[in-house]
Amino acid sequence: MRLVYFAWVRERVGKTDEEVDLPSSVSTVADLVGWLKARGDEYQYAFENEGVVRAAIDHVHVKPDAPVAGAREIAFFPPMSGG
Amino acid sequence: MPASIRIQREDFDVAVETAALTQGRPDVGAVVAFTGFCRDEDGRLSALELEHYPGMAEAELARIVSDAEARWPLCGVTIIHRFGAIRPGEQIVLVLTAASHRRAAFEAAEFLMDYLKTRAPFWKREHLADGRIGAWVEAAAKDDDAAARWERP
Repeated sequence: MRLVYFAWVRERVGKTDEEVDLPSSVSTVADLVGWLKARGDEYQYAFENEGVVRAAIDHVHVKPDAPVAGAREIAFFPPMSGG
Repeated sequence: MPASIRIQREDFDVAVETAALTQGRPDVGAVVAFTGFCRDEDGRLSALELEHYPGMAEAELARIVSDAEARWPLCGVTIIHRFGAIRPGEQIVLVLTAASHRRAAFEAAEFLMDYLKTRAPFWKREHLADGRIGAWVEAAAKDDDAAARWERP
């Protein structure tokens, strides 16, 4: 599964994207965030205020309870500020 | 309904885009154009840097346009959003709505901008006049409120 990061989430994680193999215990986006936070300080920092960072699965906005099974690409990013 | 959605580094010309939208469409009675510009915030900024999520940005704008098409009788829509470094006075975003009557065009343009601001994956970072790189622009609560006006009960 490919993870991609944008704006200050990308800067805090320190990479634009990565491939991960998720354990079977990770079934939702919230689970994935918890799993990432356990991987290192950079993820702790990026996700320190849970509920601020948004997620999308395969280019569609999702909520934390969305299942990750079958996802090709999961993105994490701050609230949007375009326009 | 024809819809043109473009995400590009280059600037755009409102007159050219308006002509393209209305070409061969004698049913169009109204075009509303919204152009968003980069402000200098009282001289504080030298530029805004626009980052986007390629692929999702186009997909999300297409979904927003579909929402608008379901709500108003539109003849056509053009959305152009730029990325990269944009200096004060330069254009950032264009929304054009064409309809037979003005109310649909006005309302759809406002709806599209409200949803674009809160749902389309773009992020701005400030570049300061003194040369330093500033902060990421935070999403504004007033933009969420503006988008929420359109939610159906």
